[in-house]
Amino acid sequence: MLVHAKLFATLARHLPGTRPGATIEVDLPEGATVADLLARLHVPLEEARMFFVNGRVRPAEWVLQAGDEVAVFPPIGGG
Amino acid sequence: MWILRLNMADRSYTLEEAPAAYKNLGGRGMTSTLVAEEVNPQCHPLGPNNKLVFAPGIVTGTAAPSSARVSVGAKSPLTGGIKESNAGTPWASELAGLHIKALVVEGQSEAGKRWLAHLTWDAQAARPKVDFLPADEYAGQSLYEVFPKLYERFGRKVCIAAHGVVGEYGYANAGVAYNDLSGRPSRYSGRGGLGSVMASKGLKFVVLDSQGAPGPEFADKGLFEQGALKLANGLRQHDITKPKGALNSYGTAVLINILNEAGGLPTRNFSSGRFEGAAKIAGESIFEGVKNRLGREVYNHACSPGCIIQCSNTWYKPDGSEHTSCVEYESDWALGADCGIDSLDDIAEMIRLCNGYGLDTIETGTTLAVAMAAGVIPFGDGKAAINLIHEMGKGTPLGRILGGGTEMTGKAYGVTHVPTVKGQSMPAYEPRAVKGIGITYATTTMGADHTAGYTIAPEILGVSGKVDPLSPEGKAALSRAFQATTAFIDSSGHCLFIAFAILDIPSAFEGMVEECNGLLGTSWTADDVAKIGAEILKKERAFNEAAGIGPKRDRVPEFMKIEPLPPHNQVFDVPDAALDSVFAEM
Repeated sequence: MLVHAKLFATLARHLPGTRPGATIEVDLPEGATVADLLARLHVPLEEARMFFVNGRVRPAEWVLQAGDEVAVFPPIGGG
Repeated sequence: MWILRLNMADRSYTLEEAPAAYKNLGGRGMTSTLVAEEVNPQCHPLGPNNKLVFAPGIVTGTAAPSSARVSVGAKSPLTGGIKESNAGTPWASELAGLHIKALVVEGQSEAGKRWLAHLTWDAQAARPKVDFLPADEYAGQSLYEVFPKLYERFGRKVCIAAHGVVGEYGYANAGVAYNDLSGRPSRYSGRGGLGSVMASKGLKFVVLDSQGAPGPEFADKGLFEQGALKLANGLRQHDITKPKGALNSYGTAVLINILNEAGGLPTRNFSSGRFEGAAKIAGESIFEGVKNRLGREVYNHACSPGCIIQCSNTWYKPDGSEHTSCVEYESDWALGADCGIDSLDDIAEMIRLCNGYGLDTIETGTTLAVAMAAGVIPFGDGKAAINLIHEMGKGTPLGRILGGGTEMTGKAYGVTHVPTVKGQSMPAYEPRAVKGIGITYATTTMGADHTAGYTIAPEILGVSGKVDPLSPEGKAALSRAFQATTAFIDSSGHCLFIAFAILDIPSAFEGMVEECNGLLGTSWTADDVAKIGAEILKKERAFNEAAGIGPKRDRVPEFMKIEPLPPHNQVFDVPDAALDSVFAEM
């Protein structure tokens, strides 16, 4: 199945040539989780803090569906 | 430590040793206590009976990390209630360096006369002294023109607090400006119109020079240093606050993308939670844009001495010359997404104009967005928005309506979609998509204010736990806890951003408390933090009730309860009883 992934801030450094927030199409097996997606993109799970699937906050073990939009953020703050 | 009172009616001043009851107060705790005790809640905010109070934090002026904060308080012309607005600036350290616990500005000079108060250290008398100098010649000018003249006159080492030309007009969205480390008028106690309160006194500038003053006094210096080290270690270690971490790399505008993904980035006057231009104005794009224009990576700088976090950025023009500093998340959002504007160059120009004229960037952006909703100019038209800020700066009739703030502009144009609480506009988080922050907006004593109880930390950022932003469950208690802890941090003199580290790292939290104990000789524990904060909030709350701002004003605007917000199509569904419980159960 195809999912749409976006890596933000410092996480984009793991995909040289990819701008932060650019959409990447990733082909994953059925039943794959957010953590599986990160492993496929060679992003260490411990560097990621927040996962949004279709705009909702989800845990790393969340099972993805075809067409899902996944946004991943490292620890960030501001205000 | 001294309580210094300036009487602007006759340009006299008095110095008194801080009374015992004020010994452990600083920052917000000090300003709110003095305002609550001495200002008639029924007074006109711009009249002779309001008082403007500046107070450095408890550990401001010491080597405590990220602690150069000053609070300024008064009755607010924007909200009609009590106001505390704090800023990070070298001016804060300098005020503490003069051993001033509170600077209280009272009375009013004769109409149209403006003065500069020059505060220096009298070594012989071992106390601060004040000279009042005429300042009429500086009226009507941009602060970018005025600050260099003051440095020329008093030397580059002095620190300056000022209000801009919009304070002279009496706008409800005029801030108090301070210098940054490079002498720019870029550090603001922006919210609540306190620049106009300062102007109403006839006080144009407070110039500080602590040269010759002795250093801070400690009850237990060893304990203080132990605490400062623990906190510094926490800040250096936490991913958000560490060097080359998120804040130091991308600035506070790193939040644009995450709020957009969460569907909580208020867009086009709070009509959507997503902005299609978000990526173009995000912190990552600021970093990349600066890199492209300068040909090298630039990490951010400190707003004030002794800051480890260093989150202040600078934006450059295509030719590599400086455009403005700094493009904060709130300013970027208010003048960007909320107005449908996706050009960083236009946003930077608007921030530069706000700093020069003396405007609060948040209230200015949300006001422009309401004017756009009314059809005054189209959404997304950056050049037209820049022109409206010039109208405000020139004091034209339209500019004066806009300068009255978001709510006043809504009334002038018959707009029902006006995102304010108690007269102050909402900052950059949508209550319908992030329920806890909506509770803070509704219930804080300050009018809609994200910093008063930053539930965004667990709701969006995964700091201090993770909770679902769309759920109202448990959020009243969450907001209450954040509001109480924040009132303490705002009193300590620390930047609120230490919260990211201290909420995740217990030893850093201990460090903050030990710093205070080491300075004051108190024996506070971590458990006392929320209790001390709650006492401050109760004083503010009592002032507001006496001013006519009671619990029924703790509500978000009606449109948020009846208009679903895309993309999650949610309304603000927190029951009134939950809002009332925030203070009822404090």
